[in-house]
Amino acid sequence: MSTAETLADSASETLPDALREEIRLLGQHEAHPRAACIEALQRVQREFRWVSDAHLREVAGLLGMSAADLDGVATYFNLIFRRPVGRRVLLLCDSVSCWLMGRERLEAHLSARLGIRPGQTTPDGDVTLLPTVCLGHCDHAPALMLGDALHGDVDTQKLDAILEAAG
Amino acid sequence: MATIHIDGQPFAARADTNLLQACLSAGTDLPYFCWHPDLGSVGACRQCAVKQYSGPDDTRGRIVMACMTPVTDGAILSTRDAESLDFRSSVVEWLMTNHPHDCPVCEEGGECHLQDMTVMTGHHARRYRFRKRTHRNQDLGPFVKHEMNRCIACYRCVRFYRDYAGGEDLAAFASHNSVYFGRAESGTLESDFSGNLVEVCPTGVFTDKPFSSRYVRKWDMRGAPSVCVHCAVGCNTILNERDGSLRRVLNRYNGEVNRYFLCDRGRFGTGFVNAASRLRAPLLRASDGSLQATSMAAALALFGEALSTGPVIGIGSPRASLEANFALRTLVGAQNFHLGVSGIEHDLLTLTRDILRVSPARIATLHQAEQADAVLVLGEDVSKTAPRIGLALRQSVRQASFEAAAQARIPLWLDAAVRSLGTDARSPLFQATPAATDLDPIAVANLRLAPEDIARLGFAVAHCIDPASPQVVDLAEAMAGQARAIADALLAATRPLVVSGGQCGSAPVLQAAANIAAALHRTRPETRLMLTVAECNSMGLALLGGEPLDAAMEALEAGMVATVVVLENDLFRRVPQARLLHALARARHVVALDHLASATTQVAELVLPTATFAETDGTLVSHEGRAQRFFQVSFPVAPVQDAWRWLRDGAKAAHRHDLDWQHLDEVIADLCAAHPALTAMRGAAPDAGFRIAGSPIRSETHRFSGRTAIHANVSVRDAKPEANIDGPLSTTMEGYYGEMPAALRPYFWAPSWNSGQSLNKFQDEVGGPLRGGDPGIRLLDGDPVPWRYHDAIPGAFQPRVDALMVLPKGRLIGSEELSDRAPAAKPRIEPAALSVSPAMRQALGATTMLSLTGAVHAVAVVADPAIPEGVALFPAHAHPFPGFADPQWAETAAP
Amino acid sequence: MTERPLTGRIRPGAPPPDREAYERAGGYQAMRRALLHMTPEEVVGDVTKSGLRGRGGAGFGTGQKWSFVPKPKPGQRRYLVANADEMEPGTFKDRLLLEGDPHQLVEAVVVSAYALQATDAYIFVRGEYKLAIARLTQAIGEATAAGYLGTDILGAGYALSLHLHASAGRYICGEETALLTALEGRRALPRSKPPFPQVSGLWGAPSVVNNVETLCNVPHIVNNGPEWFKGLGIGPDGGTKLYGMSGRVRRPGAWELPIGTPLREILEEHAGGMQEGYRLRALLPGGASTAFLGADQLDIPMDYGSVEKAGSRLGTGTAIVLDDRACPVGMIRNLEHFFAQESCGWCTPCRDGLPWVERMLQALEEGDGEDEDLAQLQRHVGLLGMGKTFCAHAPGAMAPLGSGLQKFREEFAQHVHQHRCPWPAGGLH
Ligand SMILES: Cc1cc2nc3c(=O)[nH]c(=O)nc-3n(C[C@H](O)[C@H](O)[C@H](O)COP(=O)(O)O)c2cc1C
Ligand code: SF4
Ligand code: FES
Repeated sequence: MSTAETLADSASETLPDALREEIRLLGQHEAHPRAACIEALQRVQREFRWVSDAHLREVAGLLGMSAADLDGVATYFNLIFRRPVGRRVLLLCDSVSCWLMGRERLEAHLSARLGIRPGQTTPDGDVTLLPTVCLGHCDHAPALMLGDALHGDVDTQKLDAILEAAG
Repeated sequence: MATIHIDGQPFAARADTNLLQACLSAGTDLPYFCWHPDLGSVGACRQCAVKQYSGPDDTRGRIVMACMTPVTDGAILSTRDAESLDFRSSVVEWLMTNHPHDCPVCEEGGECHLQDMTVMTGHHARRYRFRKRTHRNQDLGPFVKHEMNRCIACYRCVRFYRDYAGGEDLAAFASHNSVYFGRAESGTLESDFSGNLVEVCPTGVFTDKPFSSRYVRKWDMRGAPSVCVHCAVGCNTILNERDGSLRRVLNRYNGEVNRYFLCDRGRFGTGFVNAASRLRAPLLRASDGSLQATSMAAALALFGEALSTGPVIGIGSPRASLEANFALRTLVGAQNFHLGVSGIEHDLLTLTRDILRVSPARIATLHQAEQADAVLVLGEDVSKTAPRIGLALRQSVRQASFEAAAQARIPLWLDAAVRSLGTDARSPLFQATPAATDLDPIAVANLRLAPEDIARLGFAVAHCIDPASPQVVDLAEAMAGQARAIADALLAATRPLVVSGGQCGSAPVLQAAANIAAALHRTRPETRLMLTVAECNSMGLALLGGEPLDAAMEALEAGMVATVVVLENDLFRRVPQARLLHALARARHVVALDHLASATTQVAELVLPTATFAETDGTLVSHEGRAQRFFQVSFPVAPVQDAWRWLRDGAKAAHRHDLDWQHLDEVIADLCAAHPALTAMRGAAPDAGFRIAGSPIRSETHRFSGRTAIHANVSVRDAKPEANIDGPLSTTMEGYYGEMPAALRPYFWAPSWNSGQSLNKFQDEVGGPLRGGDPGIRLLDGDPVPWRYHDAIPGAFQPRVDALMVLPKGRLIGSEELSDRAPAAKPRIEPAALSVSPAMRQALGATTMLSLTGAVHAVAVVADPAIPEGVALFPAHAHPFPGFADPQWAETAAP
Repeated sequence: MTERPLTGRIRPGAPPPDREAYERAGGYQAMRRALLHMTPEEVVGDVTKSGLRGRGGAGFGTGQKWSFVPKPKPGQRRYLVANADEMEPGTFKDRLLLEGDPHQLVEAVVVSAYALQATDAYIFVRGEYKLAIARLTQAIGEATAAGYLGTDILGAGYALSLHLHASAGRYICGEETALLTALEGRRALPRSKPPFPQVSGLWGAPSVVNNVETLCNVPHIVNNGPEWFKGLGIGPDGGTKLYGMSGRVRRPGAWELPIGTPLREILEEHAGGMQEGYRLRALLPGGASTAFLGADQLDIPMDYGSVEKAGSRLGTGTAIVLDDRACPVGMIRNLEHFFAQESCGWCTPCRDGLPWVERMLQALEEGDGEDEDLAQLQRHVGLLGMGKTFCAHAPGAMAPLGSGLQKFREEFAQHVHQHRCPWPAGGLH
């Protein structure tokens, strides 16, 4: 199986009932249900790591939007993943302060260590490496986020430690 | 009016417009992409940049987007200063960084707004030396091709498709310079207006797929002004022809009618003209019973004989021109001329005509319908029977947001702002129909009722508005409340509109609509009424007058008819098959004139091949009583000829000399003399002798690359061009092209403006009427007579246990005869099924044996929660009941 | 020591004060004062008098901005949005307030919303600020439980619901009109102004968007009065400002200082000067979309007017320091990559001009640059200026480029003529 297939497998066809209900309620709380669409996509992503076509269609239906409409929103935002991602997403800041503090070297190190380029996922489906805009941690540049955890003042050594600790 | 100074010249400009509109209206060539006269300004492309100066002493000025800047009195702007010139050429340079240099193979080439603007801005040398981004294309179905790499991200497509036409399945995706316009996944575009993308997109992203397979450059096609034949709205079109075949249909602006947009039936439904089912030679029934091609002489000999051997009756056609119908009427005599529509339709049609003549509330044009600030639709699914009306009503609900915008002092052309302000401000649209329609999502209330109850509701609304209008006794409380609410909403408006039509087959529905409009009109003088009819010349037929089809059947059945002449009409769509076959069998001669083989031509003794609307000239009268002339774009290849010429020749063969017309103008002259109510139709367009500076109007572009080239592989000899003897359009590139009556405009082109956007050069004011007046003459605007309320209020609908009231359902493609025959439209024919209430679906199962129009067939059954008990819908004219169009009680049985 | 009203309650490394601790430290006093003893107009009046200017980057007078909101109409919703999107590279000041003292923002929102008679308030926070989101959620919960949010707050007859919106990542969402579009669940494209959001914002209703730091000043103004606020600043502007610094300085960080503190003081005293072995070449004083100031311009006071006079903008007040060992062209390329990526794709110059700019800079870095590129870059600085693009994104992108082309003319030329980046490894060390 290719990486993509390994990853795509992780999403079941339909959303669990509880999640459906939660999304329906999110929509109901808004004067216009579509206002809840980002949050709804984030919920789906929390559960499945990415938003599959089938899930997108379901969310659209729950919020009274067409699939095209919702996908237009989903593909607009950086952090809604419309393609499978690994078990862990590593957001490596690529903005200016981190650049000044040596993030290019971190990226090279990561690519070498993981065997992937930015935007790719390791063949075992473990890590997806994504460049990201400034994480607002510039006083501790270079910075990255692995999952929900923010790390600052990262050098190659620290990076190895982070990857191993979380792995 | 304000005065603005453009490049040092003062111009008068409307204060409620923007500088771009003002510049274009003043005749200045100012480039633009994202702005569209009916979609407004959004400031995305930045192409319309000009320099604005704060006063006479300001020498520096600042760059503004003309489309986003309101006209102010005394405004000073320059379109020619160096900075704005440089900026505008830079905009094209940016757009071209990713746009492929594929003009030679692009079907937009030669009529591409992007090409025009590129030349206009002077950008010519590519300096961007990096790679272009590329996209994958989608299959968008049978009508529209997709080539995303050509996109310049002006956002016009989604703004038309979503915001204007309410489509949901096209969207903008992604961001920065990888924005993508398409569907969530490949698949047929769902909107009934998808074809407008072809014209709305300023470059070659969306192109006309059926045209693609028979592609010709714009300048190599002849053009002719035409009128759509696929419903009664009368949208104006341009037909393009090359080498004898019709290539495509374009929108032809008419400020009062279709303005910038057509429906897909009209744009893609004309394939029947080139279809294999076209009749190309006279057919004669041979001794073995088969139809055999015969010579024109033999055909006319038989026709003459048939006309001379005994009583002759004629059956006219709502899809044939006034002139053709008149010719038949003259041939057979008024008392023997029958309007070729079913009994119910005949009654409703004459009723509609009579109501429209005398209604104090005048007839709405399509453009007025767009401006209505409250709408009630009674009984008609206009989004399918007359799709362009549905699109107009979509605009009407925006009136409330315009009011909100006016209050917030936001100009109406500031599109995104007005739409956002109008999120929760919608003018009321009410629908009382038997089933869901495409307009449901934008309506404040959708009442699902049987025709009788729709009429009762309507009468009750009228009574609420004017107590002098008859009261509905024993009205259910709920309906009384609904009537009150609707009446209140209509009364709260200044430009209320009542829309109805004959789809329900109910006279009381029409009468109720008329009552409401009349009642409203007492206090709301701008009240409008819009009644749709079935076909492109139904109203013309009604104005011509004639006997009902039933009378023809009875005469035939009584054996009193020797010869029946059927004009461009498939009677199997109107009369139950058994009855029709029986009746026709009693006539000695059945002569059918048509351009398409049909069930009727199949049973005729003699079939005469007529010219389609693309090959003949004539007049159609739209539902609003607008007489409009269409002109031939190609030439019927003998023996095919105009229907009226066949009828004339038949008369001659029968040794009659009273139909001795040589030119269409003579037919028209006789028609006007015989029908005082129709005399104004003559003014629908100038006559054949019309000349400008001694020249006819040329119908080929000045760049047309020559007749000799067409068949160069066969012979390079220059064949003598066919001449157009019936109209003022020359058939070649010789002739006049410039200022002309709008009804004659064969294509839109102006120096520097090769695309359809050249339209702005033909209006005094962008979005206003065409210079010289929008085409068409209204025939029903007579002197008002005292209004009397209709009072035939029906009883409430009573469901039956043994039968369902089956009502005709409209379909974009599949219900109208001609578009049905367009190969390109075939895949878009919506499958037919019997729609019933969920309870009834439960009872009937997935299939049922339905007896309709005297036949019994198995049909699929689907549930529609909106449908009232006892009522069902089946698509009109759908297989296996092609004759079904009028409501009827029908029994069902287990298969 | 100078007063630090905004950050006074923040203890580095410690969790933020909960509601009780916040109240013990004087929190929610402004809310009581405003809701129980002041009319909305009086609150607006104090804010106007204080001279508070927006801390989101544009520096617009907050009281003036509020004054454009039309009178409330019965039944009409009105919105206040706290802009916590903070995606401008080099900017990390709002995070400090969000994580360090979330109740301060909640109180600020309640007081400001009351002043505007808003019915609904949002905190629009970027999704990556996980800790801030958790802490804000906690604070909102506590405030709701205490009756500081919801219907009839403090029995004053004022109702407000506060929603937290976590964004899904797009720099343009920080632009106030795009932010509103995002809240509507649409592609976050900016909208034209006019109409201003105060007139037609979220769902067409009157809406005000203010930066987090701006709002956090409001309770203090209510508590201490406009005169006190004015007195906090050193120069013409009132109040304190969160200043920050990142890059090769000894102690990168953010500090609340009187507005108008000289740049030199921030660099040398608070950031501890340059790191060993690095010299200051230039800096962006207020985030990625401000123009470079040279090492010779350190004496300017960091107030709106002075920075502007020096040719840049105060922006967010968080400076990014370019040292002598990093390649200026590389830095600008990094910046323009960001701006090109984050273009929303709406208007042509930004959508298609910025990628061109980025690629020319990339070519220069890779040794493929041409003289023509320099002219073309310079052209773009003019073509993507204010008023020519739909919003301020592209003009922001041109600030470092335009100033960089001037300040680093020689370095740019070297890239062209040496056919390579003269810095080892592109200036990364
Ligand atoms: C591209 C762009 C991004 C912006 N990002 C932010 C942001 O992240 N946070 C912010 O407070 N203001 C941002 N702004 C400024 C806002 O548009 C707006 O002016 C500000 O939120 C108003 O608040 P203030 O008046 O309190 O400063 C941005 C502006 C632009 C043009
Ligand atoms: S597809 Fe055509 S209409 Fe749509 S944005 Fe692109 S260029 Fe404009
Ligand atoms: S036409 Fe004015 S910005 Fe597009």
